[in-house]
Formats: sequence, C-alpha cells, structure tokens
Amino acid sequence: MSVPRFWRNLDSRYNLEGTHCTECGEYFYPPRKTCVNCRRLGQIEPYRFKGTGEIVTYTVIRTAAEGFEEQAPYALAIIKLDEGPSLTAQVVGSPEKVHIGMRVSSVFRKLGEGGDRGMIYYGTKFIPADA
Amino acid sequence: MRDVAIIGVKNTKFGELWERSLRDIVVEAGIGAIEDAGVGGKDINALYVGNMSGGRFVDQEHIGALIADYSGLSRNLHVPATRVEAACASGGLALRQAIMTVASGYGDIVVAAGAEKMTDVGSEEASSALAAAADREWEGMAGATFPGLYSMIAKLHMHRYGTTSEQLAEVAVKNHRNGCLNPIAQYRNEITVDQVLNSIMVADPLHIFDCSPITDGAAALVLAPAEVAHEYTDTPIYIKATAQASDTIALHDRRDITTLDASVMAAKRAYEMAKLGPGDIDLVEVHDCFTIAEICAVEDLGFTEKGKGGIFTEEGETAIGGRIPVNTSGGLKACGHPVGATGIKQAVEIVTQLRGEAGKRQVEGAEYGMAHNVGGSGATAVVHIFSRER
Repeated sequence: MSVPRFWRNLDSRYNLEGTHCTECGEYFYPPRKTCVNCRRLGQIEPYRFKGTGEIVTYTVIRTAAEGFEEQAPYALAIIKLDEGPSLTAQVVGSPEKVHIGMRVSSVFRKLGEGGDRGMIYYGTKFIPADA
Repeated sequence: MRDVAIIGVKNTKFGELWERSLRDIVVEAGIGAIEDAGVGGKDINALYVGNMSGGRFVDQEHIGALIADYSGLSRNLHVPATRVEAACASGGLALRQAIMTVASGYGDIVVAAGAEKMTDVGSEEASSALAAAADREWEGMAGATFPGLYSMIAKLHMHRYGTTSEQLAEVAVKNHRNGCLNPIAQYRNEITVDQVLNSIMVADPLHIFDCSPITDGAAALVLAPAEVAHEYTDTPIYIKATAQASDTIALHDRRDITTLDASVMAAKRAYEMAKLGPGDIDLVEVHDCFTIAEICAVEDLGFTEKGKGGIFTEEGETAIGGRIPVNTSGGLKACGHPVGATGIKQAVEIVTQLRGEAGKRQVEGAEYGMAHNVGGSGATAVVHIFSRER
C-alpha cells in the first residue's frame, strides 16, 4: 500500500495526540483543525488522549490488505476512546478473544513495512485493558 | 427548473472483458443509448462519465475527453465532456450532473455514462485502488479493507438486532436468482445459503460470497427535457427526484455504525422532492457491494424498520413478487460491480422495468422505481426516483 510519506512526521499517529474544541467541548481523534460542530467559531487546541476505551465493533481480517498479509488473521476494531472520539485500529493478541464492549488500552507498535524500500512504520494498536 | 426524462439506455455485458478496452465498452454503451433514443451526435449538448479509478485500473486519466473523442463527439462537434468521481457512487453522480444540466437549461440532449475496467490488474492492486475510497491515512494504514469495514457494520448489526449470517446469505442467494434472469449479468448461476456460509471467510462475518465481484462494464443513458421527450420515444421515463448527501469519510466517525446517514438523508430529500414515500416505490436497485449493505439499505431507505432488514429479506419481501423487489438486475453481487458504471446501470435497470421491457424479471405494473448508489463505506449517497408518468 503506497501512501504519501507525510504521515511519518505526524506526532498524532505516534502519541495519540488529537484536538479538543474548548467552545463545544468535543474531542477529535484523528485531529481536526476545524470543529465539526462550531466550524469557524470553534477554538481548537491539541489534546493527548489517555488511551483507554471500549470496542464498538470489530472484525477479524483473513484476506489482508496489501502490506498486511503476514499479520493475517488480525483483529481490526473501531474503538471509542473514553473522551468520546472513535478510531480504527488493530487489537493485539488472539483475535478470538476480542468482543464488542471489551475495554482496551493503547500501545505503541510497528504497523508494517512499506513497499520495496522496507521502511518500517509505527502507530497505535490496542491491547485488552486488563492485560 | 425543467422536468427531465430518460429517452435512451444501454448496458454492456458485465464481467471479465479481457479482450476489450475501457474506451471500447463506453463507446458501445454510449452508441447503444443514443441509437435507443434516436438522436445523433449533433444533438448532444454535454457528456458526463462516471469513473472511479481509471488511473489505477488502466493507467488512464482524462476520461471525459477520451470518451468524447472515441464517441466521435470531439474533433468536429467539440461536445463538453466531464468525468465525475465519487468512488462507487461516480455513476449515480454523473447521472445527477446530467439531470442538473438539462433541468437548468444549459443543455437539452445530454448523455450520462459510467464505466470501469477492473480486471486488467491483479486482485491485490484492485483492492488497493478500491481502498482509496476509504480514509487512507486513518483506516487503510491500520490494515482496513473494504470487506473489513462492512464486516464491522455487519458485526454490530448482528450484535444489536440479532441479524444472522443466514439472513446475510439470503441477500446473495436472492440476487443470484435475479441475476440468472438478466442477460448482461456477470454471474448467471443460482447459489444456496450453505454455499455462501461455506465459502472462504474474508473478514468475519463476511464470506467471499457476501462480497460483490471485480467487474468490467459500462452503461449509458440519454436525457432530454420532459416536454420534448415524446418526440424521441413512446416510453420516456421521468426523473421525479435526484438527491445526494455526504457523511464522514471514515466509518469510525459516524453517528451510528449500522446506519448510513448519507443514504437516510439522500432518500429523505428524494422522497420530499418527488412527494412520495417508501410505500409508493414499486422496485429499487440498492447498493449491495456487500450483503450487509443491502440489509442496511432497505432500512435506511425506509422500506422496513431499523434492525429488521435481515428478517425482511429472509421472509422474501425483497424478492421479485415480494413487498418491494430489490435488485432485480442481480445487484452488484450477481450483475457485477464495475464501480464507476454501477450507478448508471442501476438507472438503466429501473428504466427497463418501468418501460415493461425486463422480460422474465419484470415487476408487473411498476410505476415508480428508485436507484440508490453509495460511495465508500457511506461517505456519499445518491438517490434517484423514476416514474412512468410525468
């Protein structure tokens, strides 16, 4: 999977850093520069998430995306962080143990290797909160 | 604003058209549609082509001009030609642009076409091109695939409403049954619930037979102002509504993972514009890129209550002869899903049905038909309502 390389420099990808609108109180991850509620009237500031949340829904990917073949089968989930926003991430460990409503917490992990240059890239995955 | 009618239609065969090029198939569809309408090149005021990813699938961009050129509309006639892109909703959106052009008076005879040539690349490359319709940076980078995103919708739908894998499979079984009656369909074989459930698991709970295939195909329509439509054809089909809505590009940002709010909103706008309700619609082509997508669509378009799409399907209400026949063409699942062509093909099927020319899959006495075309996991939805009477 080829993507522009700008994401390598994004703190938000590595540190679960998003944004917060002090006008309406909503938190955003991935970060947004414009509040979806207040739009131009919003006041956006950076916010680092605690990294705890709950699984809203999930799947076990068996036919993997390009670049993820060696990881299959892997659990992919939509996780609602305790501050409110949701994100898509992998859940580490046995896919069979993943369930809706499961409490999880974030970890820093290797996501994969990019293309023929073999560049390793990193980001956030999740583990069971009691692990 | 002027009323608009469809006066000509044509689908190519859908399937693995290895011996043919993108321009070949669009020209076949386009020529077929203008012959059906009885118009000539000099009459055409504009051309819109829905195409999602020509650059990835066949290394060709600038599709609007390419198609105008090879249709003989460029060198002498200089017809304006525009490519329209909204992932798998590209075709529906091309139709909407064409309708707006005629309605506004900027054009009289306008062609809306859609095309995709997807089998010229390997399946991994095709999947990668399709994944670009999701949020590449925040979904794709986490390892998401399109079957994976729709699987997460399915998993929550099952958890919340008790929808079963068997009910999902019934969507595929029904659409294959309909596909058998459609000469242009990619798959013209019946399948069983057991075959779906025993096929390879792509992403829990979706099996390979829950997924629409990789397909080549093209489709085209000719539009005219309603007041002159009878000069071209005895059976013009009228546009009662054209509506479009957007939602977040990423599935994880949705209000409700099991509802495509863009579909709900586009349908609401379409019903208001047509002054009709779900009970008035006689048949619908919905965007069944995965079986769960059809279940959500019959709910989101108002044909059954939220959460009841599974049981509604299981009880045969969406079959030909049921309360609301869904995907008489075979849908994306059996007719095939050449992404940029799908929205146009859906409209061609509805027009064919409303003209009473659908043969063995004809819905008797159909007056009103609807087409519902979705881009990505629901970031774009386009809904059209068609009518036999003006």
